[in-house]
Amino acid sequence: MNQTLLKTTGLSLSFGGVTACDGIDFELTEGERLAIVGQNGAGKTTFVNICTGYLTPSAGQVFFDGEDITGLSPRKITRRGVARSFQIPQIFAEHTVRECLLIAASARRDKLGFFRSIDRSVDVASVDETLKLVQLSQRSHLQARLLPEGQRKLLDVAMALVLNPRLLIMDEPTSGVSSEEKHGLMETLMQALSERNVTSIFVEHDFEIVARYATRIAAWIAGKIAADGPPKQVLEDPEVIRNVIGG
Amino acid sequence: MFIRLVTVALIVLTIIISHSFPWLKTPVIFSLCNGLAVLGVIVLIRAGQVSFGHAMYSCAAGYMVVFLARAYQLDGLLLIGLATSVATVFSALLGLFIVRYRGIFFGMLNLAFSMVLYSIISKFTTITGGTDGLSFTRPPLAGFVLERDAFETALLYVVLACALICGLLAQRYFESAPGQSLAAIKTNETRLEYLGISAKHVFWMGYLFSGFLAGLGGSLFAIAQGLVTPEAGYWVRSGEFVFIAILGGSGHAIGAYLGAFIFEFVRFYAAALLTGAWQITLGTVLIVIIFLAPEGLVGMLTRFRLPARR
Repeated sequence: MNQTLLKTTGLSLSFGGVTACDGIDFELTEGERLAIVGQNGAGKTTFVNICTGYLTPSAGQVFFDGEDITGLSPRKITRRGVARSFQIPQIFAEHTVRECLLIAASARRDKLGFFRSIDRSVDVASVDETLKLVQLSQRSHLQARLLPEGQRKLLDVAMALVLNPRLLIMDEPTSGVSSEEKHGLMETLMQALSERNVTSIFVEHDFEIVARYATRIAAWIAGKIAADGPPKQVLEDPEVIRNVIGG
Repeated sequence: MFIRLVTVALIVLTIIISHSFPWLKTPVIFSLCNGLAVLGVIVLIRAGQVSFGHAMYSCAAGYMVVFLARAYQLDGLLLIGLATSVATVFSALLGLFIVRYRGIFFGMLNLAFSMVLYSIISKFTTITGGTDGLSFTRPPLAGFVLERDAFETALLYVVLACALICGLLAQRYFESAPGQSLAAIKTNETRLEYLGISAKHVFWMGYLFSGFLAGLGGSLFAIAQGLVTPEAGYWVRSGEFVFIAILGGSGHAIGAYLGAFIFEFVRFYAAALLTGAWQITLGTVLIVIIFLAPEGLVGMLTRFRLPARR
């Protein structure tokens, strides 16, 4: 039986009068591929930001693999095996695609040679493998800032993936990507996650994408989880149809 | 390969010029000393941060050379080692505080600390000699007591060796994981944290290295000059380092030395030929370089070497 990887209890956070997280009790089991859906301002990104250490909750706790990680810095949480990608890709614009991944790979080690080439001090094979996995091998020597949006998203995920995380949280991986590119992008991402056996959470607005790639959906409404379960069940939930999908 | 050829050419040229025109030995030594300090500034520029106070580390090392030389008559090489160590420790301690800041705050904090040091040195006349500075007798070098000319020649090789070793180390550092992470601070510090890398620690290590380079440059300069004044830590001196760094470019370690040579020799000849207007000449050179090669002299060189990354 798969074990619980991420767990939150009574997670709450408000911004002024707006409650972004209202006592969220949530569990994610290893191997799941969870989609978080909800309208803008429902609290999806706030939840992700709390779980990855960007925000500290006013109440409640976050556990990763049984350890309380509430309030830890993003760096410490990342080092425990939780990686993330961003709605706006967070890449090193002036580095090449390959250098971006080499820097990420260097983070896996505690000590690095001060005067040793990064090519020799990190696991180059895993970098090349990840580049291949996200289909960026042909672009590896291009400066990251020159990539089109879809490939910047892939690079952002690849930088998280090369850390060998146990949990990958992706914030709107298809936002800003053309509708023609979306499915190709998700196909590549999901294949990469399956091959690495990484548990994942992705925040998404496109219900076609959600229905196709998620094994479980959590629908957020006004800072609360209104529905949580298999895709078919959640997407047919009347409250979700009314408040999230719009019908 | 092209940069390596330029480096070898520069070394050969340095040796030939110094032996063919002995009066140029001192400007060459000064250029290399400045180049070392500028290399320190370049380390920080790679992180997108400009220090307007890095001369304080050169100054601190310079005064340490004078104090030790006057008190204990130590060997020149030992003086260089001790003074550089003191400057490095000084930068490590100040760095703990300064690396928390970015952009204009980082630049101005360095400036503020350098001016505090400048004021202390200027005011404590009995210890530091005030604005007149302190001089010291020529120390033995590697155990040899040398006459002026032989001393200058020997020092030239010591400075050249230091410049070469530090240039190679800096270049290795730029290509290492900590060096690449340092450069990543310029574009995306948030991402570094989300990779599990402490941007503050990476920057502190870079700051420490830059303090070491500035200190080494300062201690060699002091040995070459036999005199240290508070001007060595004045903000104008720090500004010169930034000026040279822009002139040379931060794309490769050699930029520091190319910039320092151009700066020193433009100043040397402009002061001789256009007395009282050498600053105009230097300013014009910088404007021309910025227009023709925004990435400095190194940018011009790498254009020959590599096709654009597109």
